[in-house]
Amino acid sequence: MSAVRTIRKTRSMIGESIRRVDGVPKVKGQFQFSSDLWAEGMLWGYTLRSPHPSARIRSIDVSKALATPGVAAVLLADDVPGKKTFGLEFADQPVLAWDRVRYAGEAVTILAATDLEAARRAADKIVIDYAILPAVTDMEKSLAPDAPLVHDFGNVLRHIRIVHGDPDARADVWVDGYYETGMQDQAFLGPESGMAIPAEDGGVDLYVATQWLHVDQEQVAPCLGLPKEKVRLYIAGVGGAFGAREDVSMHIHACMLALRTGRPVKMVYGREESFYGHVHRHPSRIWMRHGAKRDGTLVNIYARILIDGGAYASSSAAVIANASTFAAGPYEVPNALIEGTAVYTNNPPCGAMRGFGAVQACFAYEAQMDKLARALSMDPVALRLRNALSTGSVLPTGQVIRGSAPVREVIERCASLPMPVEEPAELRRDPISYPGGAGNVSRGERLRRGVGFAVGYKNIAYSGGFDDSAAARVRLFASPAGPIAEVHSAAAEVGQGIHTILTQIARTELSVEQVVLHPADTHVGSAGSSSASRQTVMSGGAVQLACAAVRDELFERVLRRREAAAKGTLRGELALEDGQILASGEPVGAMEEFLETPIEQTRVYHHRRTQPLDARGQGDIHVMFAFAAQRAVVEVDEELGLVRVVQIATAQDVGRAIHPQNVYGQIEGGTAQGLGLALMEEIQLKDGLIRNASFTDYLIPTILDMPPVVATLVEEPEPGVPFGAKGVGEPSTVVSTAAIVAALRDATGRELNRVPVRPDDLIGLNPPVSSAGAPTSPDVPGPDPIPKYYGLAAGQEHLIGTD
Amino acid sequence: MLVRTKVNGEWMTADVWGGASLLYMLREHLGLPGSKNACEQGECGSCSVWLDGELVCACLVLAAQVHEREVRTVEALATDEGLHPVQEAFVESGAVQCGFCTPGLVVAVADLLTRDPSPTEAAVREALSGNLCRCTGYAKILDAVWAAAGRMREGRR
Repeated sequence: MSAVRTIRKTRSMIGESIRRVDGVPKVKGQFQFSSDLWAEGMLWGYTLRSPHPSARIRSIDVSKALATPGVAAVLLADDVPGKKTFGLEFADQPVLAWDRVRYAGEAVTILAATDLEAARRAADKIVIDYAILPAVTDMEKSLAPDAPLVHDFGNVLRHIRIVHGDPDARADVWVDGYYETGMQDQAFLGPESGMAIPAEDGGVDLYVATQWLHVDQEQVAPCLGLPKEKVRLYIAGVGGAFGAREDVSMHIHACMLALRTGRPVKMVYGREESFYGHVHRHPSRIWMRHGAKRDGTLVNIYARILIDGGAYASSSAAVIANASTFAAGPYEVPNALIEGTAVYTNNPPCGAMRGFGAVQACFAYEAQMDKLARALSMDPVALRLRNALSTGSVLPTGQVIRGSAPVREVIERCASLPMPVEEPAELRRDPISYPGGAGNVSRGERLRRGVGFAVGYKNIAYSGGFDDSAAARVRLFASPAGPIAEVHSAAAEVGQGIHTILTQIARTELSVEQVVLHPADTHVGSAGSSSASRQTVMSGGAVQLACAAVRDELFERVLRRREAAAKGTLRGELALEDGQILASGEPVGAMEEFLETPIEQTRVYHHRRTQPLDARGQGDIHVMFAFAAQRAVVEVDEELGLVRVVQIATAQDVGRAIHPQNVYGQIEGGTAQGLGLALMEEIQLKDGLIRNASFTDYLIPTILDMPPVVATLVEEPEPGVPFGAKGVGEPSTVVSTAAIVAALRDATGRELNRVPVRPDDLIGLNPPVSSAGAPTSPDVPGPDPIPKYYGLAAGQEHLIGTD
Repeated sequence: MLVRTKVNGEWMTADVWGGASLLYMLREHLGLPGSKNACEQGECGSCSVWLDGELVCACLVLAAQVHEREVRTVEALATDEGLHPVQEAFVESGAVQCGFCTPGLVVAVADLLTRDPSPTEAAVREALSGNLCRCTGYAKILDAVWAAAGRMREGRR
C-alpha cells in the first residue's frame, strides 16, 4: 500500500501573529465578563466599608437593614464560618472587620438583596458606632517609636539589607538624590465582580475575575470552613488585571452570602468602590548615592527605599524585595549598600501592580544615572553602555546572571531608532497637537522639546525560593473533522493573550490545526498567577511538556501497532508533521489512525530553583530577567506646564516573540501605564482618605495623551525555557516613567524628583520634594517578612510545587 | 415603571426602578450585557450606544428617558453574514486585549466612520478621546480605525 500524503500545512504555530482566540466574542459584546453573569433567582451582594482609617468598632446595628424589603441576609464578622482572616502571603486581613478597622474602605458588613439598589439602600440603614483612633498615614512617621501601631506586632512589614563588596569604597565623583513616587491605581476597566452559586454538596461554585484561581481557593476555603474540593473556582471574563486581581476582593463575601441564603449571589463593585476594593502601586521614598570613577565606571551605590504597604500585607514583602534587588539598575557595580523597608500604615493596602517594585527603583536609579552623566560631562547613553550588565555579571545580591542579558543591545537598538521630525515653528499645527491641545489653550507659544533615555529590568516569574509551578492537561482525540487537541490550563486570561499563546504552543508541538481550550478552573492543577510576566514561560512550558508526553504515547501506539502487524521495526526517529506521523521523514500514517481512544497527559512545569535572600541580602533570588530601553521625546509648554509626549522609541529584550503583534501590544500598553505614572496618575490621599476615587478625578491616559510607540524587539533566546521566550508584560512599564521624566528634565532644566509630575512642578511653582535624610534602619529579627516571625504565613505557601 | 423602547430593531418593555440608567436596563433587564459598566459616570465610553442615531453613554441616560425611542447597541453590529468591518478590523489589528473597552470603542469607531469615512488622525484621536482603554496604549486601536475605514470605503464602492 502506498501512503498518499495529503498535506495541509499546520498554521498558526508559534511566531505567527494569529487572531486571538477570544477576539470575535469580545468585539461582538458576547464575551462574558465577570460583571455580566446572571442566574435565575440570583441576589445582589453589597459591601459596607469603614469610612475611618483607624477606629474601634463599638457596635453594629443591622436590624433596620434586615427588615428592609428585598434583603435576604446581612452578615458580620461573627458569621464568617471558618478562619476570620485572609491574605495573599500572610493572613493578616479580616474577612469582615471586628473590633477594629485599619483603613478607610475596609469591609465591615455584607448584605444580599433582590436588586442592587435595594442592597445599597439597606446598607444605608446599618448603624455602626466607631470610636475613632489615632491613625498613622505617613510612611516615615510609621517608623517613629511613638507612632500608633497598625498591628500589634508593629509597623515594620519587612526590612531588607543588601551588602555587596565594600560599601565604604571610595569614588572620584558622587551624586546624591531623593525621589518620591505616588500611589498608582491599576484602573482595570472591568470592576471586581463574580458570582457564587451554592452547590448541593454543601460547597460553593465561584465564578470570578482573578489572576490566580488556586491561590484564591487556598484563601477562600478556610474562611468558609470548607475543604478545598468543596470550593470550586471558575474563571469569569477578566476585564484587565495589572496586579490588582492578585488579592481576594469579593470572593469570600459572595460565597458567604450564597451559602447563607442558598441562592446565587452576584457582586459587582462600582468604580468608586473599586478604588477601595483592591491594592495599589506602593508610593515610595527613595534616597540614593552613586559613586563612579572619572571614566564613568560605577564604583559604589547606596540606596535606601521606603514603601508604604498600607494596612495589610498583601504582596508588599515581595515588592520591597524587588525594589531593593533592582535598586542598582541594569548596571555592574562592585560595591553597594541597599536597604529597603516596607511599612504598615492606615492607608489603603498596596500590593502588586505591573512592574512590582522595579518601577519605583527605575525612576530613581535612572535619574541618578543622568545626574552622574552630567557630573562627568558624559553622554547619558554612553554612561549606561559603559556599565551595562551582561551574561556573567554579578548583581548586588551576589546572583550571577546565567541567562540572556542583552542590555547593550537594547540600549544601542533603542538609541539608533529614528527621532521624530521636528515640526518647523512657523508651520501652523493642528491646535490639538499642542500640549493640552484638547483644551484648545495654546498655539504653542513657548514650547521646549526634551529628550530622555532610560534602561530598566525586571524579573520573570516568582523569586526568592518560591516554586510557582504550572500544570497543564492536554488531550488528543479524533473527530470527524480531524484530530483535536484540548488544552486544560488554569492560567488566567486577563487580556494579555495567554490563551492564544497556549493554542499556538499546542499546535506547534502536536502539529494539529484544531486546538481547543478547556475553560480555566480548579479542576486542573495550579497554573500559578498571571503575574510577573510568567505565564508564557510557565504555563507555556507546562503545555509543551504535556504535549510532548501525548506525542510519546502516540508514538508508542505507532510502534506497538507496527510490531503487532509484524511490519518490521520503523527506522529512525518518529516525528509529527501536518497531522501525519513520519519515520525518518517517510509517512507512516495519519494521526487519527492511532487515536481510537484519546490520549491524555498532565504535566507540571517548574522553573529553576532560586533562593531566598540571607541576612546580608545575598542569594540567587531571581529566575531570569528581561530588559528594556526607552527614549522619550516631549514638548513642554513652559507657560502652562502642560506636556505632550511626542514619541516613545523602545527596544525590549523578549527572548523570542511567540506572537509578535501581541508583544508589541504589551509594549504599547505597558508604556501607557508608565506614561500615566509620569504625568497624571496618582491616588490622592489625605489623612488616609482617597480624594479622587473616580475616573473623573483619577486620570488615565486617553488616546490624545499617547504618542506613537516605535518598538523594536531584541530576540536573544533565554536558555532552558520553552522556545527561549521571556515574558513581555512589564519591562516597558518599568522604564517609560523614568524615560519621560528624563525628557521633561531635559526640556525644563528642573529637578522633577517626584512622579507624577504636575504642571506646577514644570513651571516652578512647586519646588522639588526634599528630605531631611533617610530614616534609620528599623530593628528586625531577620530578612524575612515580619508577619512570618509571628506565624501568620498562609496563602501561597501551600501552593509551592503542587502537582 | 414600565419603559417601552425599540432596541436593535425590536420593541421591548422593561419594568425598571425610576432611577435606573439605560445601561442598567440593557444589562440587567433586557439581557444585553454587551455595553459595559466600567465607570458609570460618562468618563470611559465603555457603554457607548446609539440613542435615536446619536452616540451616547448609556450610563448617563435614564432608562425613563428612552421611553418610545430607539436604541442600538454593539449587539446589533454583526449580522448573519459576519462581523461589521470595524469589528473585523479590531480582531485583525490586535486592538483587543482584555476587551472590556472594546464594545464601546467599536460603537464609537463605527459612529465616527459613518459620519467621516476618511478622518484625519487628529479627528480620530479627538473622536475617541472619551473611550478609555487600559490595555493597549491605543496604537492598535488606531491601526484598526485605518483598517476599518479602508474596508468601509471599499464596501461602499
